[in-house]
Amino acid sequence: MSARPLALSSRIPPGLAHAGLLWPSLGIILVFMVAPIAIMLTYSFLVPGAYGGVEWTFSTGAYEQILFERDFLDDSLTFTPDYLIIVARSLLQATVATALCLVISVPTAYYIATRSERVKNIWLFLITIPYWVNLLIRTIALLFVLRDDGPINSALLDLGVIGQPLALSYNGFAISLGLIYSFLPFMVLPLYSAFERFDFRLLEAAYDLYASRRTAFFRIVLPVMRPGLIAGSLLVFIPSVGSYLAPDILGGGKTLMIGNLIGTQFQGARNWPFGAALSMILLTITLIVLLWLARRAAQQQSN
Amino acid sequence: MQRAIIEPNPTSPADSKAASAAMSGSLPMQHPNSVAAEVRSLCKTYNAGTPRAHEALKDVNLSIRANEFFTLLGPSGCGKTTLLRILGGFEMLTSGVCRIFGEDVSRLPPEARPVNTVFQQYALFPHMTVRRNIAFGLEMLGKPKAEVERTVDRMLDLVHMREYADRRPDTMSGGQRQRVALARALAPQPKLLLLDEPLSALDLKLRQKMRLELKSLQRETGITFVFVTHDQEEALAMSDRVAVISNGRLQQVGTPEDIYEQPQSRFVADFIGESNLVEARVARCIGGEAALDVEGFGQVHAPVAQRVEVGQKVWLSIRPERLVLGAGHSDGQATASIADRTYLGNAVEYHLRAGEHALTARSPRGGLRGRQDFAPGDAVSLGFEPGSIKVLLS
Repeated sequence: MSARPLALSSRIPPGLAHAGLLWPSLGIILVFMVAPIAIMLTYSFLVPGAYGGVEWTFSTGAYEQILFERDFLDDSLTFTPDYLIIVARSLLQATVATALCLVISVPTAYYIATRSERVKNIWLFLITIPYWVNLLIRTIALLFVLRDDGPINSALLDLGVIGQPLALSYNGFAISLGLIYSFLPFMVLPLYSAFERFDFRLLEAAYDLYASRRTAFFRIVLPVMRPGLIAGSLLVFIPSVGSYLAPDILGGGKTLMIGNLIGTQFQGARNWPFGAALSMILLTITLIVLLWLARRAAQQQSN
Repeated sequence: MQRAIIEPNPTSPADSKAASAAMSGSLPMQHPNSVAAEVRSLCKTYNAGTPRAHEALKDVNLSIRANEFFTLLGPSGCGKTTLLRILGGFEMLTSGVCRIFGEDVSRLPPEARPVNTVFQQYALFPHMTVRRNIAFGLEMLGKPKAEVERTVDRMLDLVHMREYADRRPDTMSGGQRQRVALARALAPQPKLLLLDEPLSALDLKLRQKMRLELKSLQRETGITFVFVTHDQEEALAMSDRVAVISNGRLQQVGTPEDIYEQPQSRFVADFIGESNLVEARVARCIGGEAALDVEGFGQVHAPVAQRVEVGQKVWLSIRPERLVLGAGHSDGQATASIADRTYLGNAVEYHLRAGEHALTARSPRGGLRGRQDFAPGDAVSLGFEPGSIKVLLS
């Protein structure tokens, strides 16, 4: 009996058998990624229904709404930068978060990668510990730390360092901090593995050829680690641009980012096509970043 | 031992590097008899003060002359690479002093030493082309662009890699990478070139070819080479002088001939080439000539350079090719029987039993050109070429 499945599988050409290993994940991508995106794309070209949902009439109104305001009296379009500002703010917040994650992660990852095997594992374990807790709970916890009567402000007030609580929460600062806190390990781990693969004899060679520590870092270490840096940056940047929780909870919903704007369209505002159109814009931004990086990597390769 | 001739104005190391970088394939500016590098009472202990402390080098004294091809030879783990890395500045010495062209560099980092290195696995920068790799050191020294490109072109020609200038290291073979590593290390015109087993990653044919190339490159550039290897054949073939290191200690320093013909210890006799080592006891010693009793094959005579006492235990070293086999017994000669015969193509090797001793004799193309061939089981007499027996005290 047990020999039968073996005999069966040996009749399948090996290439096909291997392709078969991909089917489960292909299926998941098809059902849970391609299909929703197709639905969103369709919805973005429809007209909003009165109580949410959509009416099946073709319209580019949702996209127009991003740039223009329709006067409800005479139907004329006037340019409005409001939504563009939100998109720009999202990009800026994500860029700042990515840059700060990089600055924090490079020394951290370097330190961990150059420890002994046992110490390395302890550090990696410690880095992942906070991520055993749900992101929502962690974000709320961060809010409790930052708010006016939180531990930071209380301590500073008690010590007499400040007379009034610092505005640490419900602003851009809190959002940035939240984004960094949420996505830092996604930067540390790829950088760690890049440092781990890094051949430190290259550094010796650089010193041997009269490079200073600084020059060796910028001309040898960073370029050789490029793939790790790019991977880490993408893993932080992409979820940061569309992040929902940090702006919602730490920003107090006052400083909107594109993720919150999209969320509002499907909940309060009940403008599904506009939400879908914004999602498409977000997706396009992400794709442009990815394509740009892929092109640069290809150029690097061919040089 | 001569002290180094120090250059008239002792500039900073980077400057003196720059000064020596005026090479055009001509002779360097060093005095031919000056000392390129020397270490005095050098000790290196890893993890000093911990239970894992390991003495890698013990009281090493060594002078490397300018313009010579100097080899550090020893089995793996003997400390030869540690010594090279101390010269390069990659390891700090624990005690003692390390001088390069008279300047105490003991505490200087690698970038401040007029030294370049060819690393064991080459350590070429993977994200740079061959040209950029070779240019790196020159750029770090702040050479003008035109000069950098000129020097790189000359280096590419020197190692015959012109057509690979725009390739990346990962698209090249081991031999090609080796040449690039060499060109990269030579480009800034170091006063001293360190080579850490650069041939060990190559196959035999290429290794033999690179030996000749390295040797001629050293002559052409006039740069002092310090070469680390565990391959004694490599050491003998290329070096002007060889330092044999074992267990963190310097065993012997000399020309390849010295080291091979006049080993001063059992270790050197055994490690360099092959040697029959037998224990002996001094029976008489008159005027530098000793009679020595060897258990199993009587008395032999050999010159001794050192003072020996009657009854002292010593070791005799005889190279296999200098052991002469004769047919049958003859009076007063040691005898042995052939245990095995191995045909080696250009020679025949006989494994002999003489009492307790297992000996090896090698005869060029045994049985031909008047040389007598023997078969296993034959009884032979042992003869020694004059001067072939070395008496070793340790």
